[in-house]
Amino acid sequence: MRQDNLFNLALYFGGFVAAMIIVIMFGILFKGSVLSIKNFGIHFFFGEKWNPPMEKFGLLPFAVGTILTSIFALSLSLPFAISLAVSLGIYCSRGIVSNILSYLSDLLAGIPSVVYGFWGLFFLVPIVRNLEIKLGIMPFGVGIFTASIILAIMIIPYMSSMIVELIKMVPRELVEAGYSLGATSFDVVRKIVFPYIKSGVISGIILAFGRAFGETMAVTMVIGNVNSVPKSIFSPANTMASIIANEFPEASSGLYLSSIVYIGLWLFVITFIVNLLGNLIIRKFRAGENEF
Amino acid sequence: MNFRFRLFFDKAFKIAVTILSISVIVPLILILFHIVSKGVSSINLHFLIRDQNLSESGGSGILNSIVGTFLLITIASVFSVPLGIIAGLFLVEVKSKFVEFVRILVDVLHGIPSIVIGIVTYLLIVKPFGGFSAISGGIALGLMMFPLVVKSAEESLRLVPYSLREASFALGANYVKTIFRVVLPTCIKGIIVGTLIGISRIAGETAPLLFTAFGNPYFNINPFKPVNALPLVIFNYAMSPYEEWHRIAWGASLVLVGIIFLLNMTTKIAGKKWEVQF
Repeated sequence: MRQDNLFNLALYFGGFVAAMIIVIMFGILFKGSVLSIKNFGIHFFFGEKWNPPMEKFGLLPFAVGTILTSIFALSLSLPFAISLAVSLGIYCSRGIVSNILSYLSDLLAGIPSVVYGFWGLFFLVPIVRNLEIKLGIMPFGVGIFTASIILAIMIIPYMSSMIVELIKMVPRELVEAGYSLGATSFDVVRKIVFPYIKSGVISGIILAFGRAFGETMAVTMVIGNVNSVPKSIFSPANTMASIIANEFPEASSGLYLSSIVYIGLWLFVITFIVNLLGNLIIRKFRAGENEF
Repeated sequence: MNFRFRLFFDKAFKIAVTILSISVIVPLILILFHIVSKGVSSINLHFLIRDQNLSESGGSGILNSIVGTFLLITIASVFSVPLGIIAGLFLVEVKSKFVEFVRILVDVLHGIPSIVIGIVTYLLIVKPFGGFSAISGGIALGLMMFPLVVKSAEESLRLVPYSLREASFALGANYVKTIFRVVLPTCIKGIIVGTLIGISRIAGETAPLLFTAFGNPYFNINPFKPVNALPLVIFNYAMSPYEEWHRIAWGASLVLVGIIFLLNMTTKIAGKKWEVQF
């Protein structure tokens, strides 16, 4: 029996470590940002300037940049992701086309962020630059708009595969009952399938938002790295993740480093909340699913 | 609503969905095409067996980064797999309120941005131990891999039927023996597949390596020294102004995507073949 007790202790130790990882992460980030918190207090959030030589640090440019890119990317990808999911889940749920598409989307989900960024830099940026010349604005090529498109392309396979899985969870009887009452596919999708998986889709959107919010490499490579509050959707900017990737290695002074860690702390706190919310909703959906 | 209207809306909806789906496939195929077409022209034997080595002679290969990537993956697995299996066992074996709490935290950890994990590893390991190293990069990647291993361990463990344990108990084996001799061996293949999935997810991660493994143009397998990795080469060379370096970055991209693709195929085939079945 001693062996059993020892084993149980080991199990609890494993569980404890798993839980502690995230707590320790918070602790380390907090400890690292104390200097900046003390120095700037609440003004950190409204500071429009990020000027390391002057030791002026403010979050606002990056907060705006992050929110703009992630929300724009999300709204851009949503119609495409839902359409792809409806095509794969309802119109051609089996057969060669569906197999090819799902392999392709797995493959694309596996392409690293840095490769997406590289592709964006060499193929998307020139296209956007031409578009900007036609529109008569400063042709940077890089900026929030480009970053959002890359992000949207990255999110689509992730979101659509999540929605396809949800669509497959809809009981066949419900769908068939709809058809037998004379509903068209459109009616079935609108009145039966989506109402059934609504909360699942919402949690999928929330989780995708969390990913877009913290996505680093692809965004860093195409956003233009300008540390001021973006004036339009085409202006070059920086997100919270990209400022860290760009300036962390050169952060020399204590306050500079601490301010970057502070941004990391906020990135952590926001993605923590977003993921917690998304996971709780999907849990509730799954629990309801089991009762059905 | 009028019958004709409804049929019309149905058709319109179908057409709209098809058009949107096809238009989303186009950029995706374009990306794959560009990676392959640009990458193939820069890959040759020279490229694969030489180090980056910034000097004029005998350089511009990516061997050091390929080796570095595998070194980092090995370190990450050494840290995350055993701990992940124990945590997975905890989630399945222990009955307490604490379990659900841990499960949620592990799910949330999966969603924490990789750059944040990079900062934490820097503050926790690089700074106190005074320098960039392969070990710190491996730990950062291990932190990213950990939730995936826990999830796959948990799912595989759940597939083991209770009757198998009862049979083991009936033969007089105690609890620990049952776990190690019956439960884990039956689902070890599932855990291996899960680990491979985890590896394919971290193989292309760049952000956690920026301030941990850091990069190194020379061949290195010493875990206490900085190493280079394929994603780091792609990032550093892509952002450089030199045409020649871009060529290397495309080649490295193709090699990296190829490695990840092979890993994914292996997990797909192994996953089908090794499914826990009774």
